[in-house]
Amino acid sequence: MMKDKLRKIAKGGLGQLAIPLIAIALLVIFNLIRDPGFFVIGLSHNNDGNLVLQGNLISIINGASELAVLAMGMTLVTAACGGQDISVGAAAAIAGSVFVKTLKSGAGISGGKVFVAFLLACIVAMIFGSFNGALVAIFKIQPMIATLILYTCGRSIAYWINGGATPTVSSPIITAMGSFIPGIPIPTPVLIVIFMTILFKLLFRFTSLELFTQSVGINGSAARLNGINTTFIKLLSFIILGVCVAVAGSIGVSRLGLINHETLLLDIEMDAILAVAIGGNSLGGGRFKISGSIIGAYVIQMLTITLYAMKVSSTDVKAYKAIVIVILVVIGSPVFKEKFGKFMNKIRKGKDGYLEKGAEKA
Amino acid sequence: MKKSNDIRREPLTDTLLLMTITICIFLVMYLLAMIFLQGGFLHSQQLFDLLNDNASLIIVSCGLTIVMIGGGIDISVGAVTSLVVMSCVIYLNKGGNLFVSILLALGIGLAFGLVHGFLISYLEIQPFIVTLAGMFFARGMTTILSVDPQKATHEGFLKLQEAKIEIPWLGYTAKNGNMIPARMEIGVVVALTCVILVFILLKYIRVGRGFYAMGGNQTSSLMLGINVKRTRFISYVLSGLLSGISGYVFLMHTGAGNATNAAGMEMNAIASSIIGGTLLTGGVGNVIGTFFGTLTLTTIKKIVVSSGLNDPWWQSITTGGMLCFFILLQSVVLRQREKNKKTN
Repeated sequence: MMKDKLRKIAKGGLGQLAIPLIAIALLVIFNLIRDPGFFVIGLSHNNDGNLVLQGNLISIINGASELAVLAMGMTLVTAACGGQDISVGAAAAIAGSVFVKTLKSGAGISGGKVFVAFLLACIVAMIFGSFNGALVAIFKIQPMIATLILYTCGRSIAYWINGGATPTVSSPIITAMGSFIPGIPIPTPVLIVIFMTILFKLLFRFTSLELFTQSVGINGSAARLNGINTTFIKLLSFIILGVCVAVAGSIGVSRLGLINHETLLLDIEMDAILAVAIGGNSLGGGRFKISGSIIGAYVIQMLTITLYAMKVSSTDVKAYKAIVIVILVVIGSPVFKEKFGKFMNKIRKGKDGYLEKGAEKA
Repeated sequence: MKKSNDIRREPLTDTLLLMTITICIFLVMYLLAMIFLQGGFLHSQQLFDLLNDNASLIIVSCGLTIVMIGGGIDISVGAVTSLVVMSCVIYLNKGGNLFVSILLALGIGLAFGLVHGFLISYLEIQPFIVTLAGMFFARGMTTILSVDPQKATHEGFLKLQEAKIEIPWLGYTAKNGNMIPARMEIGVVVALTCVILVFILLKYIRVGRGFYAMGGNQTSSLMLGINVKRTRFISYVLSGLLSGISGYVFLMHTGAGNATNAAGMEMNAIASSIIGGTLLTGGVGNVIGTFFGTLTLTTIKKIVVSSGLNDPWWQSITTGGMLCFFILLQSVVLRQREKNKKTN
């Protein structure tokens, strides 16, 4: 069994995970050459006196948490609907606002209150998700257009919830959610990502969601004729994305300890879609791999941190990111692979031909 | 009975129907604004201001309509516009030539279009990703050029910027009795020319018809002998070129470069195209509709501001609401037509 798998990998049978894994490998090698100490992980005491893990690698894994969570939900939507939700950043701002609003109501912040606030954020995000989902599934509008509505007005709704202010919340529980739980050296957002991953795995293991989503994405009418409720599957994918949005929004709020409706998870929708694409999933829907998207999210974050480490200013990062993205997708494109394969064959043949000629002469 | 069937008029195509709805809604909305809000809406200058402020958006939307009819998407347009504005300002302020600066604008747009077109049509990469990368690159390059706002000080350019077309018979009499003619910027002329040229391209020129065929059904158009790859390539090149023109028009309107210029323009342009009756799935669309779509979108914003809802969040919430209305309307209308077709 193991041997078969290894043989498959050796043959280049990694399939769609090949691109993100190669990208990570390239980034790791590049960083090791540039600065051998880049990946050193250390244990040290932070400001609260906890023993925590520190280092570039940890900040990469930690920083990509929101993106990874969103990428999971986005993969599902992409697979089911063949389009992307561009309103996740705005929806996360709304969810974050609801989260903070609930925490701010009444005095004191207890564990139960945080839980209730998170549940409320989840419900609100799910309502907005089902609004998007209804437009897509029932009214048959292309996902990008349907979510353009919330993208346009989402942050304004968040502004309205907060009354235009950027309220702060300070509580040991929120700090623990955003950075470290006392006694555990791993950043909490990372634990949340692991928890969400397990949740998705269980969901796919015990329900037919994965199969149904893929069949809806590959051929909607065929799926419908086979008795799958395509409308429900599409709607469900948006609602699940809503949960992911609420989780990402809550992480974002806890990290900063405040809600800023203008800047919370700004432009993350583009990164999330990018993560899905780098993960080797077709943006046209159909077959998907959540693991690919998660790795894609880490690729993006590693790229960003690498650029920061190279003293590129945060506003200029985009330009370099774009170049790397283009290189990645060009290498991954089927046409390039085919041409490159032919080119390699030619070189091989050319060599053989040359050798044969040489042999004849001799 | 049979006879009446024979002379029955050809029903409106989807494109024309959606476009007609948009134009009607625009006219009704403008009339209502005239009746209820009065103020500026009674003067023709308001309409010209609408055009002056949004000439670059109109140009960008034209390019996006071409790409969307071909079944693709280009989300880099706003960023390219911003990059063109910034690089032209810096070039002009270093004592550059006015004519060369126009060429520079066109060149940047064209370069983005060529790269996008090549990657999308010949390497078959998803257009969203390619143009997203283009957007990142253009935005990043803009901040690399300059983080601080730059104001144009080139004399020739300032003259060009000041030049306005005055239409005396559409003016109005100010309170002090002076006649103020309606003013139109050169950018508006450029924008209208672009709309007309794109209209002719889409309606009467072979490549333009190819966009519709390609967006409608790629396989069939390939079988009809249309060079799909080249057609798609051309659509992105045109979109890039129009973004370049839009950048220069934007600069002529504002006279300054800023890293946040044209932020969110791509989404406004997509929204304009959609309101004008272009479908993102491709094959359906009309540039005249897009033109009115832009006007509708910007009129909504203007109405919101002039009805006293000055809070910044009102604008985007109403825009979102209107967008929702138009999108649902399109969906319902198209579905009703399909049902009618089936029952016929």
